[in-house]
Amino acid sequence: MIDWIQIFSNAAQELISPTTAAYALAALGLAIHFGYTGLLNFGQAGFMALGAYGFAISTLTFGFPVWASVLVGIGASIVFALILGIPTLRLRADYLAIVTIAAAEILRLIFTTNTFDDVTGSASGLQGYKGGIAAMNPIPDGTYGFGPFTYNAYDWWIRILGWTVVILAALFTWSIMRSPWGRVIKGIREDEDAVRALGKNVYSYKMQSLILGGVFGTLAGMIFIMPRAVVPANYQTSLTFFIYAILLLGGAATILGPIVGSMIFWVLLSFFSGFMARAVEAGWLPFMTQVQAGQLRFILVGVAIMLLVVFRPQGIFGNKKELSFVR
Amino acid sequence: MSDNATPTTPVKTTGLHVGEAGPGCKKVDPIIIADGVKRTFGGLTAVDVAHVEIPRGAITALIGPNGAGKTTFFNLLTGFDKPDEGKWEFDGRSLAHVPAYRVARMGLIRTFQLTKALGLLTVLDNMKLGAKGQSGENLFRSVFPFFWRSQEDEIEAKAKEILARFKLDAKQEDYAASLSGGQRKLLEMARALMSDPTLVMLDEPMAGVNPALTQSLLDHILDLKSQGMTVLFVEHDMHMVRHIADWVIVMAEGKIVAEGDPHEVMRDPAVIDAYLGAHHDTDLGDDDDPESVEHIHAMKELIDDEQ
Repeated sequence: MIDWIQIFSNAAQELISPTTAAYALAALGLAIHFGYTGLLNFGQAGFMALGAYGFAISTLTFGFPVWASVLVGIGASIVFALILGIPTLRLRADYLAIVTIAAAEILRLIFTTNTFDDVTGSASGLQGYKGGIAAMNPIPDGTYGFGPFTYNAYDWWIRILGWTVVILAALFTWSIMRSPWGRVIKGIREDEDAVRALGKNVYSYKMQSLILGGVFGTLAGMIFIMPRAVVPANYQTSLTFFIYAILLLGGAATILGPIVGSMIFWVLLSFFSGFMARAVEAGWLPFMTQVQAGQLRFILVGVAIMLLVVFRPQGIFGNKKELSFVR
Repeated sequence: MSDNATPTTPVKTTGLHVGEAGPGCKKVDPIIIADGVKRTFGGLTAVDVAHVEIPRGAITALIGPNGAGKTTFFNLLTGFDKPDEGKWEFDGRSLAHVPAYRVARMGLIRTFQLTKALGLLTVLDNMKLGAKGQSGENLFRSVFPFFWRSQEDEIEAKAKEILARFKLDAKQEDYAASLSGGQRKLLEMARALMSDPTLVMLDEPMAGVNPALTQSLLDHILDLKSQGMTVLFVEHDMHMVRHIADWVIVMAEGKIVAEGDPHEVMRDPAVIDAYLGAHHDTDLGDDDDPESVEHIHAMKELIDDEQ
């Protein structure tokens, strides 16, 4: 018999999990790039990897305190954005897509290679960098919460930290997008030559957008490694595509879209994989093995992206009116 | 003003040039001076202008057959393209190696042949984007509305006033994508005015505009001159050119072939050659390029008018 309570409670846990927060923040960065500025960044996984490794290496190899490790990660992603942006932002949008997808892969392979094993831990990655964050925890030891949301002090602490960062980033994004700065950014998305002809330095605005969204991705990378270890295999291109799926699900040029999109994405993914695993176990699907059932959820993500783009291209929070004019 | 129901006869500015009118002739008060500006695309020389001066405070038309290099010349002047050689200046300041956005900040605002209304921004936001020197366009100040709120209110008031003048005020909350082709041309021109330019360059302002809107667009262009702005525009409609232009510059195959006031220049044999070719007396009925047929008709009509 299937344990429905277990499936539902596992799914419900994803609502506030640090992973969901990390994906929401990365998707918010992508909303700045793609939704508002029209920059096709396919290397968000690279920015997340820089956050994860920047934080972990600063802590483990150099013994930096938490704040310095965070700054190192942010600094690395700003440098990365400059390296990507300087040659490509003067060109058409598709060049940025090609360069970012390649650059993110280069980063992942550098982190995987054995040459830097002492620093990066190569394929097995890094762990043991959480001491600083745990020491900052004001919550006394113990277990708190109710129902599926029962966690120990550290688990609550990283959830509170992660979602606080997400909320602050969302408020920040909201306030800049309603300002004249946001107006220039949206103008660039529509037609950058027209904005240039009005006396705006389009190149500089695109660079600011790339850096800002990249920093959001970097912070997301730091939240992402709080409940797990740093493993290079987590930063494949599929990570970027999941973030795109979340962004399109919620609505590309919205603030709430990436956040709610991430919640829906993870709850559904957890529910579906939990259900499939137990259905196979219970013998409901005799033609399928456990391994196949585990892969099926990623097929579902692909199908979901296709259906979204075809039937609800503006996402959940997107404005339908905007799309009736899309050429 | 455009409120006048009856079309007024525009007041022509005269006495713009020094000496005999001809290609590259000196102007009393030039706003743009270009010298030896050359742009090639591979083997094709698109623009090869030896010397040209654009008179200040007047409406100058840049005409010429298709492929004469008018739009390329526009792009060169506004920093959207870089010439291979030559020097050119605006208001006494050299424009060589100045990027397009800086050219715009100097007061030289252009519009485009293919209208560039920012579709998914409202008409009002399109207008506000045109204003210069906005402190809220700095990322760090944009977070704090008290840095830019009062300036924003001023810009909004100005935008609404200009929109009212262009009769687009009823549309201010609509997306620019919902406007008709002619309304987008109006919006683009209105948006250019938000920055108080000294020189407005219009690339085919009449292309694709419904005849009902033509008169209003013409009045707006004349209005720019009465407000002290200089206008340089590219146009194919010869009647319009003759109606509003104070000065006409004719380009053909990248070169300036004639200059003069609109009535004189139409009689210049070089202009007739440029449009009709040297064999304009032969039967052209078989020409299958509809646009060149149109030009030929327009020119013939004008030549007949003049005689």
